[in-house]
Amino acid sequence: MKCDLILAGVGGQGILSIATVIGQAAIRSGLYLKQAEVHGMSQRGGDVQSHLRLSDRDIHSDLIPAGDADLIVSVEPLEALRYLPFLSPDGWLITNITPVKNIANYPDLERVLDEIRRHRNHVAIDADALAKQVDNPRGMNMVVAGAASRFIDIPFEKMEEGVRTIFDRKGEAVVEKNLAALRVGRAAAESGS
Amino acid sequence: MAAEKRLFLGDEAIAQAALDAGVSGVYAYPGTPSTEILEYVQRAPEAREGGVHREWSANEKTALEAALGMSYAGRRAMTCMKHVGLNVAADPFVNSAITGTNGGLLVTVADDPSMHSSQNEQDSRFLGKFAMMPILEPSNQQEAYDMVFHGFDLSERLKTPVLLRITTRLAHSRAGVVRRPAKSQNELKLPEDKRQFVLLPVIARRRYAGLLKTQTEFVASAEQSPFNRLLDGEDDSLGIIACGLGYNYLLENYRERPCPHPVLKIGQYPFPREMIRRLVARCREILVVEEGMPFLEEYLRGILECGPPIKGRMDGCLPPDGELNPNLVGMALGREDRTAGAVPDLVVPRPPALCQGCSHADSYRAINEAVKDVYGDGHVFSDIGCYTLGALPPYQAINTCVDMGASITMAKGAADAGLFPSCAVIGDSTFTHSGMTGLLDAVLENTNMVVFIMDNSTTAMTGGQTSHGEGRLEKIVKGLGVHPDHVHTVLPLKKNHEAFVRTIQEELAYEGLSVIIPARECIQTLKRKARGKGRAS
Repeated sequence: MKCDLILAGVGGQGILSIATVIGQAAIRSGLYLKQAEVHGMSQRGGDVQSHLRLSDRDIHSDLIPAGDADLIVSVEPLEALRYLPFLSPDGWLITNITPVKNIANYPDLERVLDEIRRHRNHVAIDADALAKQVDNPRGMNMVVAGAASRFIDIPFEKMEEGVRTIFDRKGEAVVEKNLAALRVGRAAAESGS
Repeated sequence: MAAEKRLFLGDEAIAQAALDAGVSGVYAYPGTPSTEILEYVQRAPEAREGGVHREWSANEKTALEAALGMSYAGRRAMTCMKHVGLNVAADPFVNSAITGTNGGLLVTVADDPSMHSSQNEQDSRFLGKFAMMPILEPSNQQEAYDMVFHGFDLSERLKTPVLLRITTRLAHSRAGVVRRPAKSQNELKLPEDKRQFVLLPVIARRRYAGLLKTQTEFVASAEQSPFNRLLDGEDDSLGIIACGLGYNYLLENYRERPCPHPVLKIGQYPFPREMIRRLVARCREILVVEEGMPFLEEYLRGILECGPPIKGRMDGCLPPDGELNPNLVGMALGREDRTAGAVPDLVVPRPPALCQGCSHADSYRAINEAVKDVYGDGHVFSDIGCYTLGALPPYQAINTCVDMGASITMAKGAADAGLFPSCAVIGDSTFTHSGMTGLLDAVLENTNMVVFIMDNSTTAMTGGQTSHGEGRLEKIVKGLGVHPDHVHTVLPLKKNHEAFVRTIQEELAYEGLSVIIPARECIQTLKRKARGKGRAS
């Protein structure tokens, strides 16, 4: 088993929590893991990305080789496109379609979405809307994590355990809300919406 | 029972290793990508229980000196900084190699190739060699952990500080690490030679001669180091030397089959000369893979270039700048470029920006109205921190960013040259890091300039660490001798904009040194405190 994921978004959107949930699930499944994060300047509303590598064998590089990523998982549509040179020809592009327009020259959203749809293997969901649907407006990142889980060869229960681990100290109600977000994301990816 | 692996950032692995190796104090000034080392120590229960020193230092120089003092007292100490921080600490760094150590002393420096969060991409191995001290360079998180133990042992055995050099991708990447049993801290024990640390010329000459003599022992240690090893391969048409992270990128290109060429992996310096000679003697060509500048490659080539052909960063086989990655190393091995297509044209850059509600934004609006709109662009010298983002649109308010503290001193030099107005913009933490001495220069000449100390009560860019001037900036400024009539603290808010602009105009009209302190807490730390309270209730 080998799964290389690029996690993408805008500083402050919570991509590191997605990495932690998937990472916890991977560790609980006995996999090797490497995860390169971005700290520092770009966290101030700039583009951020994280390389997450899972494998049943020892992993060497902290960075995913170009053209080798199995998944691009993005919490923002424009950011989903920024890392396409990393995606393998049969890799999947999974993205939230709600934009973060914190730059004056943000391109026309329809053109951004067209560009995403041009990719053969894609899942484009309104993760912000789905998060609100399960009464967890701040759980958008967990919705995206749930959507991504469909393409990662790890039992879904392990993902749920990952969510439990990172939200445990905030109490059962918060855990449940984030599990709901994870599940609605998974369901959205399975229904192909 | 199999040893349990835990996930650690490279920075965290180093912090945990220092605690496990019996460190008594960690001294640091925050700087990406090194910050998380001391932050981890500050959170660690064993650091609290063991009374390990873990407060932030005012700058990298004070940090390294304090660590040297702890070593003098016989205990193990570590100091951590980013690469440019080592420039600030260069004086004690170089001289600590001459004094030598008593308790183990590890200088951990995180380089930032590709300048993700830095002003340059200098390679600290050059400074380590300049100071003539052993250097350790891990290729993964486990090695980073193990090298801390090795480094402290080496430091105590050879009586020398040891440089532990890491780079961004190791510092900020997580992987599984197996820990070792924890050691207890050293007892307090003064140096046997009470003049060891007295670098009077007569003693310094003796110590320096000793350092030169010990180099052979440093080399011998590198030749036998568990971190330097030759992996044999049958195909001698190419020999590969891979340092630090370069080794991972090399192996990534041989996932399916073992590398057919002999590979020398280097993780400890001075250069293991014999190992290198043996490899070079049997190979027709050599490829050098280094994360950072061509440190080993330049030595191998020499000026005479009389050895076999060398491939690396200097002949264009690898790029001359920036960090490496598996694809670049693959291409250096003759593989094809694996980059899959291009980024679509409509994808525009998304640079970082000041947060919504940031006090710096209010300050820049006032400074622009009082300075740029009246006198034109080119009058504001600035510094290193969040407020450096004021160089970008929409503010475009500042004209320099060079090194910590340079805003005040450069504004002074420009004022000396006759520039009017001359203004400096510096953050509170940068001011106490290395702005105070420059301000003293300006006080002594009553330089005609306006200094803005942007006080957000924290070291914001690196994530909100302690700011040494908190609550005492006015006192420091007045204590340094700035005339109290020309020191103002203002609250940068929209409703105070006109009064703020007026204050700037009045001080521009005054022919002498003025300091204006726009003070309002960083909204990130404010939010974090609010969340903390919410949890507690």
